[in-house]
Amino acid sequence: MSIAVIDYGMGNLRSVSKALEHVSGSTPVVVTADPAVVAAAERVVFPGQGAMPDCMRELEARGLRAAVVQAAKDKPFLGICVGEQMLFECSEEGDVPGLGVFSGVVKRFPDDKMIDARGERLKVPHMGWNEVAQRPHALWAGIADRSRFYFVHSYCVQHIDPALTTGVCDYGIPFTCAVGRDNIFAVQFHPEKSARDGLQLLKNFVEWRP
Amino acid sequence: MLAKRIIPCLDVTAGRVVKGTNFVDLRDAGDPIEIARRYDEQGADEVTFLDITASSDQRDIILHIVEACAEQVFIPLTVGGGVRKVEDVRRLLNAGADKVSMNTAAVQNPDLVFDASSKVGSQCIVVAIDAKQVAPGKWHVFTHGGRNDTGLDTIEWAKKVAALGAGEILLTSMDRDGTKNGFDLALTRAVSDAVKIPVIASGGVGNLQHLADGVSEGRADAVLAASIFHFGEYTVRQAKEYMASRGIEVRL
Repeated sequence: MSIAVIDYGMGNLRSVSKALEHVSGSTPVVVTADPAVVAAAERVVFPGQGAMPDCMRELEARGLRAAVVQAAKDKPFLGICVGEQMLFECSEEGDVPGLGVFSGVVKRFPDDKMIDARGERLKVPHMGWNEVAQRPHALWAGIADRSRFYFVHSYCVQHIDPALTTGVCDYGIPFTCAVGRDNIFAVQFHPEKSARDGLQLLKNFVEWRP
Repeated sequence: MLAKRIIPCLDVTAGRVVKGTNFVDLRDAGDPIEIARRYDEQGADEVTFLDITASSDQRDIILHIVEACAEQVFIPLTVGGGVRKVEDVRRLLNAGADKVSMNTAAVQNPDLVFDASSKVGSQCIVVAIDAKQVAPGKWHVFTHGGRNDTGLDTIEWAKKVAALGAGEILLTSMDRDGTKNGFDLALTRAVSDAVKIPVIASGGVGNLQHLADGVSEGRADAVLAASIFHFGEYTVRQAKEYMASRGIEVRL
């Protein structure tokens, strides 16, 4: 049994696969564009980088959409960054539909709210290490509440079912940066780039029995 | 609250980390992977490799270093130096870089910034600007490791690359680089206030106060330094503890 990292040609998957290998013990990590390999995997990691319209287009073009949607139904599934955003209904970025696994939309940080508590202008993209306020979930095991994770994004999920939220971050506005339901966990930040706490989250995913 | 970042920078040539003063007089500072790992352990928020290799036949060495780094260091890695084409950006990202920095090539061909950010996303594209003061409150953009005055105004150039899709600006003061006299705070603040994307201050750090000043007076989103960390004067953790003591939000 393996951990499949879905490769639809968007961005660098080496960091994700190397970080997973670091914590997966004897379980092999495969970077794959083959729907059959995804279907056979024990668990699936769905990363994403760049613009969501490009990600959706490439996912379709490589015939991976159905495999991703199926994996999200029946095995431990971890979405990362645009891989989180794509689980929702649609994105304001390029006005493109997502996979619709969850209800909710992906919107840009509102320009008029980009001011911090000291009155300084907040930059977009939201880039760097920010605190995550946790909601109870197995994947936070061993990670202190309000630990910092590495974010790089200009869009975030909004108008979602509050029951989905497993982590909240604050950047001008409070926004959901982690969601979970049944076998799915998805994060806006990059656990593979978040040092010790990020590796712990990946380890928790590798060992997760939802 | 978003933390201000501390980024150790490693100038790499022929597979080794080196450090010079005002872009000349290089000293050997060690193995890049070993040093990157040490900084990760000390709590660095990112690591930047600048490939200062002059000859193109040695260019591929950096790819192997990036690959090895991505296997062992789980914080963001920015790589720059010698990037001329979108293909160069792709190769570095595929090797394991998270962001790619471009400098001379962006000046020669600003479309590269647009093309690269359209292909791989703005979050991966850093434009490095080497700036030198030419009159009070006025800085020009220099290229080719600081030898060529492009005549471009630094503030205007920063706004232009942001509009073209750059996700971040790495701003180096040529006047301060290697001097240990502190950042050019007026330059840093002028650029940071002019653009909506993050700005990394670089060039001139000699002590921890300089790092704090870069954030509080220069309004930088991140501060980059090389020699104060390489030669063991300070650890990254000491730098962060100092910044926290000055009321700056950092990841400890």
